[in-house]
Amino acid sequence: MPRHGIPMLTLTSSSNERGLSRAGGRRAFLRGGAALAATAMLPGAAFALNDTQARALIGKAVDDVNSAIDSGKTGPALYALFESIFVKYADVPTIARSALGVASRSASPAQMAAFTTAFRGYISRKYGKRFREFIGARFEVAEARQVKTFYEVKTVAYLRGQSPFEVLWQVSDKSGKDLFFNIIIEGVNMLAAERTEIGSMLDARRGDVNALIADLKTAG
Amino acid sequence: MARALGGAAVVVLALVGCAAQSESPTGINDPYEKTNRQMHAFNKGVDEALFKARPGQPRTIDNGFVRSVSNVGSNLGLPSKVVNSLLQGRPEPAVKNTFRFLINSTIGLGGIFDPAGSSFSLPETDTDFGETLAVWGVREGAYVELPVFGPSTERDAVGTVVDMAMNPVGQVLKGADAAAASTARVAGKVADRKIHGDIVESILYDSADSYAQARLLYLQNRRYQLSGQEYNDAQAWDPYADPYQQQQ
Repeated sequence: MPRHGIPMLTLTSSSNERGLSRAGGRRAFLRGGAALAATAMLPGAAFALNDTQARALIGKAVDDVNSAIDSGKTGPALYALFESIFVKYADVPTIARSALGVASRSASPAQMAAFTTAFRGYISRKYGKRFREFIGARFEVAEARQVKTFYEVKTVAYLRGQSPFEVLWQVSDKSGKDLFFNIIIEGVNMLAAERTEIGSMLDARRGDVNALIADLKTAG
Repeated sequence: MARALGGAAVVVLALVGCAAQSESPTGINDPYEKTNRQMHAFNKGVDEALFKARPGQPRTIDNGFVRSVSNVGSNLGLPSKVVNSLLQGRPEPAVKNTFRFLINSTIGLGGIFDPAGSSFSLPETDTDFGETLAVWGVREGAYVELPVFGPSTERDAVGTVVDMAMNPVGQVLKGADAAAASTARVAGKVADRKIHGDIVESILYDSADSYAQARLLYLQNRRYQLSGQEYNDAQAWDPYADPYQQQQ
């Protein structure tokens, strides 16, 4: 019998079955990477953001997410809570600009501002709706390592009745503050997913950014 | 069955023969997009007719019954995973999945319960023949969307066919037992579809372009599974170094 039974199942079932059972090699690889990054930093300490700060930021974000889930709020009240967490810990303008892709070049500053605000609400609703899946979940912050100019903080998510899985948070201080700009869950990259989604929405509106902004206000 | 296996072996050898050592693939290689999109529309129609939550129903259904149906199905999939781990030269997951299968088939009452995962720290290690091909150096190939099975690649499509032909459980069981085992595996997949209803339906029915979204998520997740890492650091996407990010 087939492993994948129905459309789209491969993605979801395997991401849960897999868990960390085969992550040994990766963990060793990460540890090695972190050690290298640490030695590389010793002489100049050229990076303002460090491993401890990146981990602390994600630790706080995860705590806030956990208390939002535990608050028992649902619907718009919960989405509003997520939006405030998103604004506090994420580099929303950079994420929004990246999701809009090429179109962000020709967009006016006013359009970018309107798009960023609409995008923020859309993300909060979209992911807020799915937070029922995370009730009773626990995130543990593991190690951080440097990648290019930013830090990648690994957390392990423990969900009811499922093998634990990895969630990576990419953190940068390029905005002037320590903020995360991407979340990667079992290889699935939020920035790339939203870039595809916003790109598809824009295509469906023949590249009309204003129409996209208007519809994004209620999407998600 | 022997003939099917023989045929599969020929296909596999041909693939291995023409494959260079596979580098980690990036980007989206989708030359069959037109037919893939037609297949996607078909699959979406099937899902909508059979599985999509009716208005007012929750998308995710996750209770003891659904879990046990899912458990029985995945338990019956373990022997095939053991064979694949061995073909990949990975004895450790093969041994773990073997013990998992023995524990859950007995103490777990034919796989209804999962004592191996909950009490013996033996979660399932997922694998398949597509991964075996990857380990053997076969390239990923183009993206394809298969009827009913959904997102795949040329390599994973061959893997799916070989896994079906190999089916160790079907080799052991006969007649009605074999049919019952197959039915239980299909039922397990249906249960999984309902357990993950929120995410599956948000991709299929809430995306602006569900084909593009499913393709991206499948490729990212599959490459992560096969490589054990998201990407090379050199390929990491730094939006602060991205030309689109430059302020005007």
